Parts: sequence; C-alpha cells; structure tokens
Amino acid sequence: MGSHYEALIRKPLIAGEKSYHDVSVDIAKPIESRANKQWWIAFSIALAMFLWGAGCIIYTISTGIGVWGLNKTVGWAWDITNFVWWIGIGHAGTLISAVLLLFRQKWRMGINRSAEAMTIFSVLQAGIFPVIHMGRPWLGYWMVPIPNAFGSVWVNFNSPLVWDVFAISTYLSVSLVFWWTGLLPDFAMIRDRAVKPFQKKIYSILSFGWTGRAKDWQRFEEVSLVLAGLATPLVLSVHTIVSYDFATSIIPGWHTTIFPPYFVAGAIFSGFAMVQTLLIVMRKVCNFQEYITVQHIELMNIVIMITGSIVGVAYMTELFIAWYSGVEYEQYAFLNRATGPYAFAYWTMMTCNVFSPQLMWFKKLRTSIMFSFFISIVVNIGMWFERFVIIVTSLHRDYLPSSWTMFSPTFVDISIFMGTIGFFFVLFLLYARTFPVIAQAEIKAILKTSGEKYKRLRDSGKSLTGTGADKRTSVINKLNK
Amino acid sequence: MKPAKIVRAFYNDDDVLLSAVKTIKENKYHIEEVYTPFHVHGLDKVLGLEPTRIAIASFIYGCIGFAFSILMMNYIMIEDWPQDIGGKPSFSYIENMPSFVPIMFELTVFFAAHLMVITFYLRSKMWPFKTAENPDPRTTDDHFLVEISVSEVTGKLKKILKDSGAIEINIVDSKEY
Repeated sequence: MGSHYEALIRKPLIAGEKSYHDVSVDIAKPIESRANKQWWIAFSIALAMFLWGAGCIIYTISTGIGVWGLNKTVGWAWDITNFVWWIGIGHAGTLISAVLLLFRQKWRMGINRSAEAMTIFSVLQAGIFPVIHMGRPWLGYWMVPIPNAFGSVWVNFNSPLVWDVFAISTYLSVSLVFWWTGLLPDFAMIRDRAVKPFQKKIYSILSFGWTGRAKDWQRFEEVSLVLAGLATPLVLSVHTIVSYDFATSIIPGWHTTIFPPYFVAGAIFSGFAMVQTLLIVMRKVCNFQEYITVQHIELMNIVIMITGSIVGVAYMTELFIAWYSGVEYEQYAFLNRATGPYAFAYWTMMTCNVFSPQLMWFKKLRTSIMFSFFISIVVNIGMWFERFVIIVTSLHRDYLPSSWTMFSPTFVDISIFMGTIGFFFVLFLLYARTFPVIAQAEIKAILKTSGEKYKRLRDSGKSLTGTGADKRTSVINKLNK
Repeated sequence: MKPAKIVRAFYNDDDVLLSAVKTIKENKYHIEEVYTPFHVHGLDKVLGLEPTRIAIASFIYGCIGFAFSILMMNYIMIEDWPQDIGGKPSFSYIENMPSFVPIMFELTVFFAAHLMVITFYLRSKMWPFKTAENPDPRTTDDHFLVEISVSEVTGKLKKILKDSGAIEINIVDSKEY
C-alpha cells in the first residue's frame, strides 16, 4: 500500500512483532497491573521530600522571606534560579509534541506523551517560586488585570514580570489542553478494556466520551496540527519572556540582547536532558524498550548535543561582547564569573553544558544507555548552575563595592528546592501508573509504516493489506459468530 | 422514511477498511458512521467527508484575542490611568505598543487555542461525564466498525460486506440505535 511507504534508510521505531492489539495490551499493562515495590519506594521518597518542602513553604510564608539566604545585595537567588530551571525543563515537552509534529518527525510519538506530562508538572513547580516569593501569596491575584477595590490600580503592562504571568499561564493552559486532547483516544482505549467498574467509571470521565468517529478523527488531526502551529511560537515566546526578566534590566551580565535565543536553546537543552533521565528509567520499568528504542535515545542525544553547542556559542558570544563593548562594568561582571568567588559554579556550568554534550559526537557513546543517563543528569546539574551563575554572580558584586557580599542558601532554600523535585516526582510517578504513557493511537497510526514487523513484510515485497488482524482478537470474533 | 435497520460490519485492518468503504460506497449504500481506533489516513476522503473548518474558526478566535488584548491594554494603560513610567509617558497606544507586543501575542494564542479546543469538544460532543457512543469496545483497540443504514437487510449487502473482508456483521434496529 502506497500510503504506508517509508524510505528504506529509516530504521523501525517500534521494535518487535507488534500488532495493533499488542500496542493496546502493552500500553495498558502498567495501568492494569499493580505497583511493584520499587514504585512504592520511589513514591514514598518523593512524597516525603514533597511534604518536607511544603512544610518549609509554610514556614517561609508564616515567618517571612528572611528565612531564605537573601540579603539586600542579592535579592534574587535560589528562588528565581529554580523558577527558570523548572520552566526550562518544561520546554522539551512542547518542543517534542509541537515542533517535531510540524516537522513530521515520527519518532516523537514514542516519547511525546511523557514529555508533555513532564512539561506540565515542571511548569507547576516553576509557578510555585514567584508565588511564594511574593511573601503574601493570597494576594497573588493582584497580578491579574482586574478592577479592584482600590480604584483604578492596574498591573503595569510595561513590566516583563507581568508578561511572564501571561506567558506562563498561557503556556501551562495550552500545554494542558494539547496534552489532554491527545490523551482522549488513549483514555478511551483504557476505558473500553477496563473490567473493574470503578476503573471504567474513572476512565470514561477522563476520556470525555471519546468515540472515534471518522469526523472526530478528522477534527482531531486538524486540532493537533493547529495547536502545534500555535504552541511552536508560544514555546519560543515563553523563555524569551523569561529572559526579558533579566535582559530588560540594567544589571551588568543581565542587560544582554543575546538572552532570548540563548535562553530558549538552554531550555530545550535542559528539557531534553530531563526527558532522557525520565524515559531511560521508564522504558525499563514499564517494559517499553520496544517503543522507546535506542534510536529514540540517540536522536534525543543529538538534540542535546546541538542545543548544548548553541549554548556554548552563546557563552562565548557573551564573553566576546562583554570585552568588545568596552564597558568596564560589563567586563568585570564576566571576569568575576570566571575568576571570582563563584568560579566553581561557572566552571561547573562550562564543563556540564559545553564540554559534556560534545561527547555525543561519538556514536558509541550516544547509543549507550548508561552513558546517556549519566550525561542527562550532568546536563540537568549544569543548567541549574547556569541560572545560578547568571543570577547570583551578576548581583553579588554590584556598582557599589561596599555592598558586595556573598549568597549562601539556608536550609529553607535547599528544602523548598528539594520539595519541588519531590512534588515533580510524586506527580510523574502517579502519572506513570494511571495514564497511558505512550500515545497509543498515534503509535498505531504509524505502526504499518514504522513497525519492525511491517517494515520487514513490505521490504520483502508483500502487501500489508489484512496484516492488522491479530489472532487473539480474531478468535473471539469467531466465537461470537 | 427513517431506515429501519443498522448494519454493523467489523474489520480488523485499516487497508481492508479503506477498500471496503470504497466498495460499499460504489454499491450505493449509505454509510452512517465509521469508528476507528486511530486516525486512518485517507478515510475522510473515501467517505466523502467535508474538510473541517476548525482551523478557520481558530484563526477567527485568534483575531478576537488580538483585538481583545489591544482594547484591554489601551483602556488600562492609556485611557483609564495613564502614567509616566521611567520618563516614558503613556499617552498614546502606538508609542507604547512595543512593550505591549508580548501580551498581544500571548492573548492571541490563548484565545485561538482554547476556543478552538472548546469548539472541537462541543462539535464532537465530548465533555466530562459524557457517555461514549461507540457501539463496541473493540473499536478503540484494533477493530474498525462501519455502520450502514438500510430499510431492509438483503443478502446482497451481506455478501458485499463479507467479500470486502468484514469479520463480523451485526444487525440492529435503528430504534435501538
């Protein structure tokens, strides 16, 4: 069949002898089986971290921001570092689901669901930091332009902080509907398989009554495509606007026009690293090696390598421009980063973000699962340090040397950060047990093109017509007759 | 007159389904509905479905969002409470526009995306607590179901369906349906 043709050079994206029914069975399996001991251990650790972090948030709000390590020179530190780090991680999901959809990259289908889930969960973590930094989070609604009791006191639409509110809330909500719309056919599959009435009830609510009519699928495809077209500039705008928080200020080291593309590349870089971290574990635990193949890992490593190189070029450009500008404050800001008291953070960032991804040029390394996992952790650490370097080293030595100081985090700073990591994993672990973690309807749609079994049939010159039948479901049919 | 019977033909392969739909259409039978577990490319063309206009709707929603953002910021920043922020007075929209661009963009996307998705859900009759209407649970797994409405079931139709590769044929009253 012509519609299932694919260039011979393409390697299969779904390994093994999979039929349509196999896809349903495999993807429903983690949901239908009981959680194992490792899951409970991981979940308990994550939950404990989350609860401890939540306690520290309550402590912060009830006592005041003074419990953090901030001082009058360094007024932003771990909070905004964590905020930008989480937002950055949240960029890979939409990139995978939207940009790769526009480029018709089929390999996104094995990983898009989890990457989108990761996006939503990490943007939620990011949102915590600005809200608690307000000190009085119950007044958070003041960021919304609503007429209020104090007369015409509106938000300032010239402020990048207000742009952030709009960008992040649009990003979070659009990502959520994109994710959920894609989930509907998969929830419907779980619903129609469910034997326990309770499960059936839950999944029928979650699936919004998806029926899979031809017209629904036509609209579904169009909606996905338009959402991808909207989400692509959106994802680029979000980190651009986050970078404006710094770039529109007049602090040396922040006042940089390169920030938007540099932040966006960094965000994709860190986001892919986190997807890699999560999926390497998930493919093993949930037995998805045939859906998330070494080829998927390799392709993600290539994205990590490219975006890592862009970030490297951005670092060099920053240094060059600081020197070339002839502005001594600007020059000092960068000299201080590399040789000052925070040099350890700067060189950690350089090693993790610029040097380590270059190892991915070697095919042996980028197809090694253990190595990929290791590098993904290294990149996550490096990208955290990047934000720390940008924020703290630019602030701690300002225009007035008498106010120069150092920042050191208190246990509250550290605990809240750990708490968000715990919260993230609580959400992700719950998701991994209850949601179809691979977009099974999309996998089925590309099975005949990219499935190993079908590729072999086609390459040997056989017709694919009728090969979608599965013995197990056909036997039941005969009995019904 | 309302057709009295609904014939449900099950298929277990997408290529077989496509050719079967063609055959059924050629024999001038009316296909009421087709249920598939995934998007079968080309099915809408074979069925003769009109292209969806949801992208046009989304464009219009985006225009509304764009207009809304301009009106909102013009009212708030220029008309209701003009301020001189950092030596940059806000007395005309166009002069202050550059710093409003991010929110003009965000609201355009916000309106276009959300209203389109809501339109999709409502047009395809999907919302929480909606009961699914697929007649057989296998249509979300690996079966494809074609529903044909007829006034009476003939042997000819059965033969056409069998020959086209149907693995199961059920007949229900359209009242039931």
